[in-house]
Amino acid sequence: MKPSPFTYHRPHSADEAVELLRAYGDSAKVLAGGQSLVPLMSMRLAAPEHLVDINRVEALQSVEVGEDEVRVGAAVRHSRLERDEEVYGAVPLLRQGLVNVAHPAIRNRGTTVGSLVHADPAAEMAAVLLLLDGVVELRSATDSREVAAADFFLGPMQSATGPGELAVAARFGRPPPGSGSAFVELSRRQGDYAMCGVGALVTTGQESEITSAKVALVGVGDGPALVDVTSAAAGPGGAFREPQLAELLASQIAPESDIHASAEYRRHLALVLTRRALGQAHERAAA
Amino acid sequence: MSTRLFGQRVPRSEDPRLVTGNGRYLDDLGHDALAAAFVRSPHAHARIGDVDVSDAVDVEGLVAVYTYEDLVSDQAEHGSRMAEALPLLIPHPTLTHGRTPYPLANGEVNHVGEAVVMVVAVDRYVAEDAAGRIHVDFEPLPAVVGIERARDGGRLVHEDVPGNVAAVMVQQTGDADAAVDAAPHSLELELEIERSASMPMEGKGVLARWDADDQSLLVHTSTQTSTSVRQAVAAKLALPVDRVEVVTPDVGGGFGVKIMHPWPEEVLVPWAARRLGRAVKWTEDRREHFVSSAHERGQLHRVRVGYDDEGRLLGLSVRFWHDHGAYIPYGLIVPIITSTQLLGPYKPGVYRVEFTSLYTNTVIVTPYRGAGRPQGCFVMERVMDAIAAERGIDRTVVRERNFIRPEEMPYDHHLVFQDGRALRYDSGDFPASLEKLRKLVGWDDFAAFREQARAEGRLVGIGLACYVEGTGVGPYEGGHVRVESDGTVVVSTGLTSQGQGHQTMLAQIVADELGVPFDRVRVTTGDTRRFKYAVGTFASRTAVMSGSAVAMTARRVREKAMRIAADALEASPEDLEIVDGQVRVKGTSPSGANVSIDLGTVAVLSNPLRYAFDDAARRATQFASPADPARAPISPGDAPGLEGTEYYSPTQSTFANGMHAVVVETDPDTCEIKILRYCVVHDCGTIVNPMILEGQIHGGVAQGVGGALYERMEYADDGQLLNASFMDFLMPYSTEVPTVEIDHLETPSPLNPLGVKGAGEAGVIPGSAAIASAIEDAEGFPIRRMPISPSELFHLRQEHQS
Ligand SMILES: Cc1cc2nc3c(=O)[nH]c(=O)nc-3n(C[C@H](O)[C@H](O)[C@H](O)COP(=O)(O)OP(=O)(O)OC[C@H]3O[C@@H](n4cnc5c(N)ncnc54)[C@H](O)[C@@H]3O)c2cc1C
Repeated sequence: MKPSPFTYHRPHSADEAVELLRAYGDSAKVLAGGQSLVPLMSMRLAAPEHLVDINRVEALQSVEVGEDEVRVGAAVRHSRLERDEEVYGAVPLLRQGLVNVAHPAIRNRGTTVGSLVHADPAAEMAAVLLLLDGVVELRSATDSREVAAADFFLGPMQSATGPGELAVAARFGRPPPGSGSAFVELSRRQGDYAMCGVGALVTTGQESEITSAKVALVGVGDGPALVDVTSAAAGPGGAFREPQLAELLASQIAPESDIHASAEYRRHLALVLTRRALGQAHERAAA
Repeated sequence: MSTRLFGQRVPRSEDPRLVTGNGRYLDDLGHDALAAAFVRSPHAHARIGDVDVSDAVDVEGLVAVYTYEDLVSDQAEHGSRMAEALPLLIPHPTLTHGRTPYPLANGEVNHVGEAVVMVVAVDRYVAEDAAGRIHVDFEPLPAVVGIERARDGGRLVHEDVPGNVAAVMVQQTGDADAAVDAAPHSLELELEIERSASMPMEGKGVLARWDADDQSLLVHTSTQTSTSVRQAVAAKLALPVDRVEVVTPDVGGGFGVKIMHPWPEEVLVPWAARRLGRAVKWTEDRREHFVSSAHERGQLHRVRVGYDDEGRLLGLSVRFWHDHGAYIPYGLIVPIITSTQLLGPYKPGVYRVEFTSLYTNTVIVTPYRGAGRPQGCFVMERVMDAIAAERGIDRTVVRERNFIRPEEMPYDHHLVFQDGRALRYDSGDFPASLEKLRKLVGWDDFAAFREQARAEGRLVGIGLACYVEGTGVGPYEGGHVRVESDGTVVVSTGLTSQGQGHQTMLAQIVADELGVPFDRVRVTTGDTRRFKYAVGTFASRTAVMSGSAVAMTARRVREKAMRIAADALEASPEDLEIVDGQVRVKGTSPSGANVSIDLGTVAVLSNPLRYAFDDAARRATQFASPADPARAPISPGDAPGLEGTEYYSPTQSTFANGMHAVVVETDPDTCEIKILRYCVVHDCGTIVNPMILEGQIHGGVAQGVGGALYERMEYADDGQLLNASFMDFLMPYSTEVPTVEIDHLETPSPLNPLGVKGAGEAGVIPGSAAIASAIEDAEGFPIRRMPISPSELFHLRQEHQS
């Protein structure tokens, strides 16, 4: 379990980083927190010849809480975002999602943007990005572009980030007033990737009626699945109508069996956890 | 004597060093050594064709590449035994088809992970680079995976082993099937336990240094038996045994897998070191540990049981199939233990057990903490619960009715145990243990709790399981104790330590016996330079075997100290005592001149060669009596020095026991299984150190929880291990391990001088049985297979609803 030989680069600016990525093309990989990449390299499942370490790039370290969104730089660790009170005040769903990501030790190194780019089908923050109408900012030596959450996740371990591109930040939209959110998941052990995870965002109107209800599910398909469930809301104060929920979910998720859980069980969990997440989110919206 | 240390919560003297990162594990040694890596089979079953190393030879830093052919030529040229299959360590008359691997595969591989090529390079990175460029032609053969496929015999692991059967063994006390048939009630059950593994945090590892001038080999290895590795390495390399020494550094856990020896790497690394004249090191990585060490537990059992109206056993007939993997170097120990220890604290009526040990194209099986007992306990306890359910009797009552009574001790089952000796329980009070457990967990109050939970929409259940564990198997263990002239007491025993706290526990015993302060005692384990004859650390045997041996030795040394001190103090030995390292006339205060003498000075006096190197020697002169010219300085039969060696060798094992009760909650929607309470009543005879004992129980319970709810080896039909990493092989984290509530009972063993029984494995044994019992209680349908995951519980619920 030793990686094959590689050259290590430590740029100090984003310009320098994208220049290195341009120069080495397919043979280069960005090193963020290394929590996913380094194990893959140690097992020789990945063998990049060049590593571009972005941890010393000052410009990628910032968290900005704006009027409409929260912008998270590529070198920002999960734990920092999780503990930021201003962020929590603006978008509670970020912390609600992050506490489910791995263990504290891994959150201390792993980055939120890295987790989005890595695109594990069970990654919580992908669901959060979808629910919050997020955007990922990509840069290469020659170009910059923004990719909306809905277009960012292409498949298991596959994001829209191309060779030569650096994800510089992710932006998460602030939910409208009257919103409540929640993230619930079930994993085999605490901190493991979830067998199924569900983020929910419920927005209520003047009369505390549900004006919008959305869930995003992870672990039950090739990537995160965003489902608008507003139509299943029974009315003010009421719970969601289960048959409708089940129907709405059914077409959007495609769980598979693996060594941890059967597809059927995952499908069952998707409904149970969706109900629970919506319940909590609704309660918080009403509060 | 000052306060007795025996029985005290003496803090572990190992810990300050270990918890501050100052332990010395195998990989902390030998930074100057060359590194070995292996090309391992990617196939579960294949013939080996050409091995092409041409791509690898120009990797800079490559030192050597070895295949089986090199072992053959070495054997031919140097007379080594490297080309022979590795030894079958524990033969048995019923083991008719024992097959063992070669150090490097000879023409055929039989499991994913089997070593085919050894690469030596300047460091591990380069060794892996080179290994990655070696191309082996494999011709895949059909793989035999799982008990069912092995049993049907359509495909063979070894062509010359019909039906994949290595052994069939029967033990019986009479015609059990007739007894079942004649019984008023009977049941049949099929019960299964899946594979798990010891999985120590530190994998295996070997460092060998060849001293060309001295023609000798110094081997460090992360083992549970350094003395036997020494013999094995000497035999394989055809070296005189006295040219080989084996040292065990700190070992980061063993749990059984490191009692197996010699591992292929354990002979290959010393062999390469000798050939190259350089130090060579190999440190196993996690993936290697998954696919090339050992697993355990996989067994399928079919039980027939007959009983009377009260639920008393009349006949018990058990057949089981044991999946031992690709080879069987460690013999039949695991299934023999299952077949005998299955009986637990019960009288089975007429008993018959038959097992078949089967080859599969998977990693070999060797004992893992508990060693066949968790399976046996699961079988017996499921039977008890099934009888209770069928008869409508409380589960504790059925057990109580079948217990061996304290007045029936010693109790002979008339079966042969793993050590080839009688399965005869020496002591134990099972009804008393059960009573303690009922109190501890609040068995009688549970119904109320269940009702209350049900009212809240919650599902809860309680379960229990009892076991008996044969511990302290022989044949022997020895101790050496020497008092140095500064009063330090140096203790050595040959078996090893893997973090259990042996240094502390043995020092407590010696300090008490010799009457010296705890911190004057230094203990060394597992170093063949210090102690040549030993067996090893397994089978919960250290406290019993080495504990007894060092106690006996310390008593012998004490006698000698008294004799010498009596001379010096002009007193009679019977009038002397040792307090705080001072020998004195009983009842006198230590301050009086010439009424006391410290042990260090006694040590100086024990040696007639007395250069005044230090204060102790100078002090001793005041006691030295004028030499009698007619007497030799050392009398016949005496020896210089205040030291001794004694061996403890019991006629049979000593049997510890315990009972666990578990309360679980199962989520009605998500099928999550949560342990609310875990209670243990434990009887391992006299307790040396309750804190160390509790640590052993905690660790065992954690592994029991792992085996019950998380761990399994997921083999695909083609023999690929799908979860060979800590990401997918789920050992419980601290977040999954419940608080363990413990109560003790002490029924001393009559078999050894300390009254102790083993405790190392106990905690793990009843885990699956007790947790299955509790889940069954919560869910209302039988649990026949462990481990169980939420996903499986979901499907079981569906089955039982329809
Ligand atoms: C035991 C364990 C449990 C875990 N459990 C979870 C979990 O439950 N949920 C979860 O979501 N995650 C989990 N993770 C993953 C963790 O969140 C990782 O931190 C995350 O997936 C990757 O972030 P990183 O900063 O470590 O990225 P790295 O490992 O450094 O990189 C991952 C990949 O993304 C690329 N990359 C990273 N940053 C950029 C960038 N800015 N631009 C372009 N490419 C980039 C890298 O090149 C690499 O291919 C777990 C990890 C471990 C080890």
